[in-house]
Amino acid sequence: MNLILFISAILFLLIIFQLFRSSELLAITDKEKKFSSFNDKLNNLNAIGGIIFLLLLIVGLVWYSVAEYDNYVLPIASEHGHVTERLFWVTTAVTAFVFIVTQIVMFYFAYKYKFSEKRKAQFYPENIKLELIWTIIPAIVLTVLIGWGLIVWGEITGPPPEDPEVIEVVGYQFAWASRYPGKDNKLGSYNYKLIDVDNIVGIDFTDSASFDDFMPREIHVPKGKPVLFKIRSRDVIHSVYMPYMRSQMNAVPGMPTQFWFVPTKTTEEIREETGNPDFNYEILCNKICGRAHFSMKHTVIVQEEYEYLEWKKSQKPWIEKNPEYLSKIQVKNNFQKLSLRD
Amino acid sequence: METKLKTTTKVNVDHEEHHEEHHELGFIRKYIFSEDHKIIAKQFLITGIFWAVVGGLFSSLFRIQLGFPDLDLSALSPIIGNWLTPQGKIDAEVYLALITMHGTIMVFFVLTAGLSGTFSNFLIPLQVGARDMASGFLNMLSYWFFFLSSIVMFISIFVEGGPASGGWTIYPPLSALPQAVSGSGLGMTFWLISMAFFIVSALLGALNYITTVINLRTEGMTFFRMPLTIWAFFVTAILGVLSFPVLLSAALLLIMDRSFGTSFYLSDIYIAGEALANEGGSAILFQHLFWFLGHPEVYIVILPALGIASEVIATCSRKPIFGYKFMVYSILAIGGLSFVVWAHHMFISGMNPFLGSVFTVLTLIIAVPSAIKAFNYIATLWRGNIIFTPAMLFSIGLVSTFISGGVTGIFLGNSALDINLHDTYFVVAHFHIVMGVSAFFGLFAGVYHWFPKMFGRMMNNGLGYIHFWLTFIGSYLVFFPLHYIGMAGFPRRYYSFSTFQAGNIESFVDLNVFVSYAALITFAAQFILLFNFFYSMFRGKKASENPWRSNTLEWTTPVNPGHGNWVGPIPKVERWAYDYSKTGSKEDFIPQNIPYSKTPESNLPDDDQH
Repeated sequence: MNLILFISAILFLLIIFQLFRSSELLAITDKEKKFSSFNDKLNNLNAIGGIIFLLLLIVGLVWYSVAEYDNYVLPIASEHGHVTERLFWVTTAVTAFVFIVTQIVMFYFAYKYKFSEKRKAQFYPENIKLELIWTIIPAIVLTVLIGWGLIVWGEITGPPPEDPEVIEVVGYQFAWASRYPGKDNKLGSYNYKLIDVDNIVGIDFTDSASFDDFMPREIHVPKGKPVLFKIRSRDVIHSVYMPYMRSQMNAVPGMPTQFWFVPTKTTEEIREETGNPDFNYEILCNKICGRAHFSMKHTVIVQEEYEYLEWKKSQKPWIEKNPEYLSKIQVKNNFQKLSLRD
Repeated sequence: METKLKTTTKVNVDHEEHHEEHHELGFIRKYIFSEDHKIIAKQFLITGIFWAVVGGLFSSLFRIQLGFPDLDLSALSPIIGNWLTPQGKIDAEVYLALITMHGTIMVFFVLTAGLSGTFSNFLIPLQVGARDMASGFLNMLSYWFFFLSSIVMFISIFVEGGPASGGWTIYPPLSALPQAVSGSGLGMTFWLISMAFFIVSALLGALNYITTVINLRTEGMTFFRMPLTIWAFFVTAILGVLSFPVLLSAALLLIMDRSFGTSFYLSDIYIAGEALANEGGSAILFQHLFWFLGHPEVYIVILPALGIASEVIATCSRKPIFGYKFMVYSILAIGGLSFVVWAHHMFISGMNPFLGSVFTVLTLIIAVPSAIKAFNYIATLWRGNIIFTPAMLFSIGLVSTFISGGVTGIFLGNSALDINLHDTYFVVAHFHIVMGVSAFFGLFAGVYHWFPKMFGRMMNNGLGYIHFWLTFIGSYLVFFPLHYIGMAGFPRRYYSFSTFQAGNIESFVDLNVFVSYAALITFAAQFILLFNFFYSMFRGKKASENPWRSNTLEWTTPVNPGHGNWVGPIPKVERWAYDYSKTGSKEDFIPQNIPYSKTPESNLPDDDQH
């Protein structure tokens, strides 16, 4: 195998060398030709090359796009995912049409109008009408795509529907942490100066809302209900990316961000759909963040609402699971006012 | 080198005998600290070639990692030993350094300095009819600042902790904190120093280009008689002057944050077991400042390439460029709009979504002038009489990739679609095709087309053809598949996808191997160009004065123009640059310096108004 590769490489180099030599010779013999180093046969070959390229391009594009469709198009697992996907495919249809037509026309022209001694090019410097046509038509098409896109964008980034499930997602080198508001449905406040080995997101226990907050190992979300991620970062910029949910938002230190979505398929359902019994939704980090950027991910489990509520009930508040942390905190006034010892 | 220098010297001597105002310069003033725009252009070109090879090598290395993650590279350890893990694999942080340096080198050192620096310098005085740049001295400084910048950047590859590794966009806090990644230590300091010199170089160059175009046009060279190359270089220079200083300020603030404890970009950070004191800074501020340069920068890269393509396509189709005025307006529109689209890089950065809407609208408007340009190139081919020189092939290739890469911009510029595509391989595919490949094709076209004017010799056509077809097909094979990988949700800047679960990972393992093979072969094909370039410099066939039978003024100079460009007076310009195959004319081209009075047979009724 290696030998064959080696021999073909040598042969290839020989061909290049021969072409080089012969065109050197040609260059010397065609001195009487007007256009420097012009050679009719090579000119035709290049024109034909364009046509061959065109065919390969279109056949390759269509073949791969059809044959591999199920691989490169991920199942959609969020409500807005269906909306953006529709816009995506309409945009694809428009751009693919423009792309293929312009490539065909260009390489066809290049072939058809290849040099001939018998012809002279037509002096045709401009046509205002044509220019206006190909200014106005793209402008109209783009206006439609933009208008549509802006409506979709407004809905996705607008305020979430009432009463979403609020979950705090915190990125740090090189993992994610999540915090749920607990029974009171209120996330306790936080301060980055309180972060330590245990309290990895810097929960501030001077806020009584913090006491029932819990931090599970995996993120659980209910199917069919709006979920609002409150996103922040501890160190550098990260990005919460969930390709199946068609969702993404950066996590920025010092500037909380948010993103809401409505999951539409439970983990069970997506496992069936993908035929992969081990499949899990993941948050991927999608902003370069250092050495282990590529492995910074977090499992997201989508459940039916009743399962989710059961799971939520079974979760113990963080402070209960870390009783030794309690001893660091002085308790006053029946858990109402708390302050740090040091 | 010796031979070439001797011939040039000889011609220079011949020429200078006619010009008393020039005195003979020593070797150093003539070839090293030269003020001649043609020598400076060649200096930019050679330095650019060096960087292109380095940038290409880096990409080969990380393509090996992506395509063959299990390959043992221990055989390379004598060269890149400290970049490898004990298992002979590229280290994860080195991988990040490689992509960072690849981006920096290609965008700034090759496609800005190498492309604009070479052809703006070489062509502006020759095509507008000037003896040299407005200030030869500043022009010389421009190159030497670039050289200094290159040295610093090159040294940064070898400093402790490795070169910068936060991506070429160097977003803080990653780039501000040495605790975050080892490349943000000394390597990043060198990066910033190097870029500061680079910006000085770019500004000196650009100011010169602008001044020369405005003030030193020869008699009769009105703005609307300028070749499109000059329009492109002119607008490019304006973009550079207005946007590079903003990058400098962004870099200065970053230096302050890194070294002097300020908090411009830093706030609320806990890293390496320690809460930092910085509060109140904004990481997003850097992104605004960076992309305020960064977006015009992509037009700084692509406009000169489009300018070169305009010239080559018209010449080799033997036809006037179609819609000259619309081409000029498009360049101006692209230039203007390029300043108000920057935040489309930041749709999901956390900035206000309303701002996202505004930038979506502005971004998609810029697609219109770009489309006009593409259509005009195609219309120029119609009923032409096309001669496929290597330069022409690369120009057609440029139009092809400009369209393929341009249409995917319509996805990414639409904020709603960007949510899912942002920072995936779809983006990598988009910008590599539209600004990487297209701009490189423009550079190649320029080298093939103006080589005879630069070195007085012809390049070998056969090698040029092979180089073109390998590069053209290779580029499509490298970058087109990346769209699919991106649609499948693969994030960019990932060292490895072994822990990846999205999509059907197995099917993309094959595709990644395929892309890596294509990339390595395409890179190898560039050595055909390098051989052709250096071989032809010494041994190529001697060029005639106007080998492409072209209209523009540079072809009215001697084969090896000396300092001052024209022997005798500068030609007067009598017409626009695109009188190819004019009806009634015996020849299929009429150079710009031929007056209408000499071509009564082909004059049109409104010709004197041009």
